[in-house]
Amino acid sequence: MAYRLKINGEIHELDVEGDLPLLWAVRDYLNLTGSKFGCGLAQCGACTMHVDGVATRTCVLSISQAEGKEITTIEGLTSVAGKAVKQAWVDAQVPQCGYCQSGQVMSATALLESNSNPTDAEIEAAMSGNICRCGTYSRIKSGIKLAAQAINAVEVA
Amino acid sequence: MNPDRFNYKENFVASRRSFLKASAGSGVGLMLGLNLSSSAADAQQSNSDPLLEYNAFVSISPDNKVRVLIRNLEMGQGPYTGLATCIAEELDASWEQIVCEHAPANTEKYTTPALGAQATGGSSAIASGYLDMRQAGAAARTMLVAAAAARWNVDAQEIVVSEGLVSHGSRTASFGDLAVEAAQQPVPAIESLSLKSPSQFKFIGKEELARKDAGKNDGTATFTQDVKLPGMLTATVVHSPRFGGRVQSFDASEALAMRGVEHVFNMDTAVAVLAKDYWTALKAKKALKIEWDDSDAEHRSTGNILAAYRELVEVPGTAAETAGDADALLANAADKQELVFEFPFLSHAQMEPLNCVAVVNGNKAELTYGCQSHTQDQAAVAALIGTDIKNVTIKTVFAGGGFGRRANPHSDYVLETVRIAQRLPGIPVKLVWSREDDMEAGYWRPAYVHKLSASLDNSGKPEAIQIRVAGQSIMEGTQLADRAIINGIDMSSMEGLVGLTYEVPNRQVELHTTDVGVPVQWFRSVGNTHTAFSKEVFIDQLAAAAGADPLEYRLSLLAGNEKESEVLNFIAQKADWFNTVLPDGWGRGLAIHSSFGSTVAQVVDVSIDGNDFTVQRVIAAVHVGTAVNPDIVRAQAEGAIALGLSSALGDEVTMTDGIVDQNNFHTYQVLRMNKMPDVEVHIVPSDAHPTGIGEPATPVIAPAVANAIAAATGKRLTRLPLRLV
Ligand code: FES
Ligand code: FES
Repeated sequence: MAYRLKINGEIHELDVEGDLPLLWAVRDYLNLTGSKFGCGLAQCGACTMHVDGVATRTCVLSISQAEGKEITTIEGLTSVAGKAVKQAWVDAQVPQCGYCQSGQVMSATALLESNSNPTDAEIEAAMSGNICRCGTYSRIKSGIKLAAQAINAVEVA
Repeated sequence: MNPDRFNYKENFVASRRSFLKASAGSGVGLMLGLNLSSSAADAQQSNSDPLLEYNAFVSISPDNKVRVLIRNLEMGQGPYTGLATCIAEELDASWEQIVCEHAPANTEKYTTPALGAQATGGSSAIASGYLDMRQAGAAARTMLVAAAAARWNVDAQEIVVSEGLVSHGSRTASFGDLAVEAAQQPVPAIESLSLKSPSQFKFIGKEELARKDAGKNDGTATFTQDVKLPGMLTATVVHSPRFGGRVQSFDASEALAMRGVEHVFNMDTAVAVLAKDYWTALKAKKALKIEWDDSDAEHRSTGNILAAYRELVEVPGTAAETAGDADALLANAADKQELVFEFPFLSHAQMEPLNCVAVVNGNKAELTYGCQSHTQDQAAVAALIGTDIKNVTIKTVFAGGGFGRRANPHSDYVLETVRIAQRLPGIPVKLVWSREDDMEAGYWRPAYVHKLSASLDNSGKPEAIQIRVAGQSIMEGTQLADRAIINGIDMSSMEGLVGLTYEVPNRQVELHTTDVGVPVQWFRSVGNTHTAFSKEVFIDQLAAAAGADPLEYRLSLLAGNEKESEVLNFIAQKADWFNTVLPDGWGRGLAIHSSFGSTVAQVVDVSIDGNDFTVQRVIAAVHVGTAVNPDIVRAQAEGAIALGLSSALGDEVTMTDGIVDQNNFHTYQVLRMNKMPDVEVHIVPSDAHPTGIGEPATPVIAPAVANAIAAATGKRLTRLPLRLV
């Protein structure tokens, strides 16, 4: 059956089984490989994309459920917050192996888009679904704070 | 006995020395020359931006790019940035013009001297590359200077190189301008190169140096999981649920009937399913019906295995070290301190489940993956397909973590990929393990039980210590066995306990190497993951028994160890050890350990809430000699502390009747952000030769936490993960 997916503003038609998770549709069929596979069980956050603006674990979201939604992957992350987060990641030198970081960036951006000035507790609540086995948690936190400053500076200006 | 004899890291160093001797004056220089001639030929064939190789590590193109080949795997520990820093320093390049790539598999050119193989491990990338890479940079610089001297007809001595520009008086040329001419200059002899003194460093030790693996910030970095070759099939596998099981029979009819499924293969110890994409292969794998023959498989539960270890440490094992007569003193001791420690199996659980891409065609194999052990994997693949290692090429991409797992001493996941690819000549095969496959495949950090007993003299100092360790050997049956197993003692089970840093005149250290059917392998910091814990918790117990301050007690036993004493004094100051007053219900703990040539101390504050505890704060001091990239040193300490804390708080693999109980992150409880304490890392100033930092901070955190809990509650926890009830 054919499914229509709107990813990063573009419509893609896929003739696949409806239970295909969005993660694998994007990685294996659309060749956007920024979103990663870590657990397949909504436990690690490596596959996080924005679905209608919400940070979503796409390893467990079938394309039949994803149809008709606005989907953003890290490749299409061009919002003010998204750019600020990516820059903050460079400045805070966050990544080690880097494998979890697409998911971290997506979760962090979704957080800042709903709350541009999160407290430590709010950051922890929003980010604890994203595992980083390299242990970059302190830098992720500083990265989010740096990005928040940048976003708020833009808004004030 | 001389404890040094047992230090297998020292043995590696010794082999490095002989390597240098054997190749001194000719080896590396000759290597540079060979590369130059072959690459000049390559360069002529490509018209746009030819890369001109100056040596095995440095190439420059007319568009002014300096390409640096990195011989170690970039899996998060920073060799891209670190080795490039060493090259840029002596080349006097601009940081922006440097681009890093992984070197191909070529043991002759890209051996890490400390390991005697092309491999990444033992926290050796920077320690081992510090001199080599600076020499490679200096050699290329000499050739650029010679080209400019010839072009301008001036004395090479008068030429200045800075920030990627070569100049003489008012004349300047970029590296790119000189690239072709410089490549034709003679390759300088290593002995003729003079390297900078630390006061001249522009890059080494500098704080703000952009990382050379920036694609990790925006999803553009390529990992094995992202590799796609034309016509590639994705393979999934089903392994025996018990270690050592074999396929008896299987029914693949349902799987083969699924759209997109191409092949199902019996691999004897596994069944492989190949499809055009991962999801299809995964669904098909679940549709297989397999009967396993597990008559030779491991059927025990971890509870039984550990119970057997607890019995073993009650009886003498094979002696690893004997000094004086500890046994007699302990037998007569009026007041004996005794603790039994228990360590579970650990899964590395690196974020990228293991995977590998291979194309096999006749006697040739081409592999693409996050390769951590080139020499080992190349040899294993060559032996499997019956070819020369020259016919096994490896393209290395970033690895999504490793913590030791990607350097499997038996090339397990690599050979599994090649065995499948062998069935489909010429077709690229990507093996993708699920998280469950990865965790259930074993090659875990072994489980261990330790028993430490000591008696104190009248002044409260230990006069005798007996240490017994029971657990599996990591090194047995590996390439490293002859170096790491000495007189029947696998030093990776004992490092840190043999040749104790603390002065104890009478010592009896023994090992029981056990026979268990669980595949095991090194985990970040290897034996130190457990030895540092028992050593540092036990010394704290002795300090308490002696009524002494834990830091002062350690210092009093480290009189002959300047480095550990220096680090303890340093952290005492940074953590304000003697004056800090903690809130009620909090406790402060300390631990120190040296491994891979580096010394790390940590002070930890915990708060207690009923039967729960929270790690509030960690202050770490690291002594790594010269910190080539201070920010990476701090990042590695932070990450290693997080990994060590993860095993202190939650990581544990168990088996019930030989079946693995934890197979994904819902049951294998790794550290998440909500449990990450504030971490402060302080680097002890030093301009000594650099030592490693990928591993040494890992094993220090768990004992520091246990000691903090003891300080707060009086309860001495001796089992990992730590539980108050
Ligand atoms: S891969 Fe989706 S949450 Fe782990
Ligand atoms: S950077 Fe390696 S898992 Fe997060």
